[in-house]
Amino acid sequence: MADTKPKPVETLESVTIRFAGDSGDGIQLSGTQFTTATAMSGNDLSTLPDFPAEIRAPAGTLPGVSSFQIHFSSKDILTPGDEPQVLIAMNPAALKAHVKDVVSGGILILNADTFTPQNLEKAGYKSNPLEDGSLADYRVIPVPLSTLTANTLEDTALKRTHIDRCKNFFALGIMYWLYDRPLEPTLDWIQKKFQKMPEISEANSKALHAGYAFGETTELFQSHYHVGKAPIKPGKYRKITGNEATAFGLIAASQLSGRTLFYGSYPITPASDILHELAKHKNFGVKTFQAEDEIAAVGAAIGASFAGHIGVTGTSGPGVALKSEAIGLAVSTELPLIVLNIQRGGPSTGLPTKTEQADLLQAYGGRNGESPVAILAPATPSDCFDMTIQAVRIALKYMTPVVLLSDGYLANGAEPWKIPDVSSLPPLPRLNASDPDGFFPFKRDPETLARLWALPGTPGLEHRIGGLEKADITGNVSYEPENHERMVHLRAEKIQRIAREIPPTEILGPHQGKLLVVGWGSSYGAIASAAQNMQKQGLEVAAVHVRYLNPFPPDLGRILKNYEQILVPEMNLGQFLLLLRAHYLVPAVGLNKVKGQPFKVSEIENKILQMLGKKETSDGGNKSRAARANA
Amino acid sequence: MAETKAAPPALTRKDFISDQIVRWCPGCGDFAILAQTQKFLPTLNIPREKFVFISGIGCASRFPYYVDTYGFHSIHGRAPAIATGVKCANPDLSVWVVTGDGDSLSIGTNHLIHALRRNIGINILLFNNEVYGLTKGQTSPTSRMGTKTKSTPYGSIQEPMIPVSIALAAEATFVARTFDTNLDHLSEMLLRAARHKGTAFIEILQNCKVFNDGAFADITERSHREETTLTLSHGKPLIFGKEKNKGIRVRGYVPEIVEFEPGRAPPEILVHDERHPDSSLAYLLSKLYTPKFPAPIGVFRDVERPTYEELMSQQIEAVKKTRPADLQALIAGSETWQVPAQRDAEEGA
Repeated sequence: MADTKPKPVETLESVTIRFAGDSGDGIQLSGTQFTTATAMSGNDLSTLPDFPAEIRAPAGTLPGVSSFQIHFSSKDILTPGDEPQVLIAMNPAALKAHVKDVVSGGILILNADTFTPQNLEKAGYKSNPLEDGSLADYRVIPVPLSTLTANTLEDTALKRTHIDRCKNFFALGIMYWLYDRPLEPTLDWIQKKFQKMPEISEANSKALHAGYAFGETTELFQSHYHVGKAPIKPGKYRKITGNEATAFGLIAASQLSGRTLFYGSYPITPASDILHELAKHKNFGVKTFQAEDEIAAVGAAIGASFAGHIGVTGTSGPGVALKSEAIGLAVSTELPLIVLNIQRGGPSTGLPTKTEQADLLQAYGGRNGESPVAILAPATPSDCFDMTIQAVRIALKYMTPVVLLSDGYLANGAEPWKIPDVSSLPPLPRLNASDPDGFFPFKRDPETLARLWALPGTPGLEHRIGGLEKADITGNVSYEPENHERMVHLRAEKIQRIAREIPPTEILGPHQGKLLVVGWGSSYGAIASAAQNMQKQGLEVAAVHVRYLNPFPPDLGRILKNYEQILVPEMNLGQFLLLLRAHYLVPAVGLNKVKGQPFKVSEIENKILQMLGKKETSDGGNKSRAARANA
Repeated sequence: MAETKAAPPALTRKDFISDQIVRWCPGCGDFAILAQTQKFLPTLNIPREKFVFISGIGCASRFPYYVDTYGFHSIHGRAPAIATGVKCANPDLSVWVVTGDGDSLSIGTNHLIHALRRNIGINILLFNNEVYGLTKGQTSPTSRMGTKTKSTPYGSIQEPMIPVSIALAAEATFVARTFDTNLDHLSEMLLRAARHKGTAFIEILQNCKVFNDGAFADITERSHREETTLTLSHGKPLIFGKEKNKGIRVRGYVPEIVEFEPGRAPPEILVHDERHPDSSLAYLLSKLYTPKFPAPIGVFRDVERPTYEELMSQQIEAVKKTRPADLQALIAGSETWQVPAQRDAEEGA
């Protein structure tokens, strides 16, 4: 090893890598570690973890395949990359599930030890792809990962099964060499994680080093790659996922408002990590409550809010369905409530671990009666922090439920985050009622229409609230026709007034022109990238991303009128599109994808080009395939 | 005036009567329970603003509107969940859940049993009238087999639930039963519930004049009450009957009635022990019911266990002592990197 000459280094602007293997292969862990090392290297990055709903589907089968994609660059990037240039497949099933996504000419690093007749059969291969020429389009690098790891660790006292589990670190070592990543962050992590198991800690570290050395010495790689630091704004950074940012946003809002955070939740993918994160931070006085069901979780949050806490409940679409009646109660009683919906594929149980944006109309109208709530949607993982604080601010200021629509892609996806200075965050004041003189529970602030928040325990403000219609001002039960109509309008008007809180909409690109792409939620990265690429081609294409979905930003209507065509890409069958068309009477068109996967930049680009007459069809490939199938 | 500042005037029943018209049917058992509660609350010497009454949906659940304290008339079955949030947020409050047999033994059973197992410091008053009143007369989870209602014109074919058994199975720390027309006993049970730390559960047998009149006449009717009820009293043998000539003993696992000459109770008569750490015997008593047995009235169980809100606060306080609440440090986490203000030209680019 000592004699090897250093191999040449090639510089690349961006790379997209996908790790894939069995759920038990430590794929998510490898991806996360690679992400940290990449972040520490100063690249811009974006990730897309993708894993099955089953904890351990049968090893070696297609349903058991878990993957993690990372896109990193010396330039500013917004998406986890359309097509990986490199696929690390830990077994034939992983190869089979992912090879079709790899760019032609891309690198396949395959664990050669696993390409046994038995595993090939499990993956549904009729012949061995390493031998049958089917991978001729790619640079195939077969590495006997299991054997190499076993050789590396043969001197240890570990059992063979434990040794084999270290192979993901061996593979990671190869990738660190190949892409010039530092080992230290992962070595530190291993040491901390396996503090109580020194043998395992040592074995993993050894495997990582050995993988790195293997890359350096093996004839399989002629060169390795360098991706320079990205021109990021100076400051202190960390990597953050959407769920982490959401949890931190809640704690920050609690600190900024001086109110205790109460988080009622019931375990559900992909929202549970928020409960886990919050449960750790009791030093901030956070009260987490794992309830008996979704309804109790929201019920307890409403109760806590009645008593003056920031009541929050977090779930995914099926959980929101169960909470609907209680959210209506919070609308009727006009209590602050934050409902986090980390959306996933539906209907019903749907695709628990895959992303979708199909709960917008559920948030908008999924309750009985006229039951308006504010709806906010973060655009990126780190944006979850700001939008969560904003959700709390609106809930407290307007005494209303606010639904925050995140999704599986934001929840688990990571990006670098310039850590904000918390002293620069504006406080969230909200006074409790205290003066019994002229007190009525439904007396409203003339500006916001928020009613008074009178907490149990306050002398002289004893009052009753509930789900029955209340008389304006006094809050007594009232079935009066005129009163009901007035209250319905007041609740609707209160939500509309939230528009005053919405900052001017940012337009990416020309302020008028041929085409405007309007998006919401997690598709921001793909939409913004597509619009930028179109602009580079000299096309009059702009993009706006709507973070406030009820009410809409006050300037949105005017913006929409400035373009000849409007395109609305979303991961559903056109829910935002429906609302936009209804609100603004604009002939917007949808681009809809419901595959449990985020948009690729190219998918949006193709649609734009088609709409501008620069391309015949947006999905020529699919169409011709369909035509062939029908023929 | 100085004296009144030091000691505000004691509250009276009137202080707990709200300005709302009570809208129950004439003759409803709820009136007596409401009046008794309003009379009893001042005796607790708790400031009025510290009381919160929380209910679900049903006739009983209108209760909070009529008590001049804080109140929350919520949605069907969910009162224990909402009360849990209130109590966690402010353990200083005296939180009362008012519910019915439909509200908390059908749609809300899950919340009821989980509140009980957590031992959250709330008091649950379950008005059991064995019928759905507000929806105009359908069978309820406590309706007895064969009960004819609008939804069961040929008689109910479902085994009824026994509220006290459910509560005991959920490891409730305080479980009692009383009935609407026995005002002194009702008061006593309310007082004991209020003094209990943790979840207190009281089943109140309550007559529904319109849809199930006389449902409990076989138990509570004054003319035969002494024969059809068994008054539980801690440390006392389980003796009943006008002549105090009957008692409960257990053979195998099965309770049975023994008759004896008044004043000469045989030693095998069970002695009530509401404080027994094991709930088995209380559970056995909960199965005694009309028509085979007298229905036990009183406290089935009263034991101590840490409350949920206490344990929640203790964990928070313990963590606060070891880790400061530093928001900047929290959001930074342990893996950060610095992007310098002026970057050198990218090497090799």
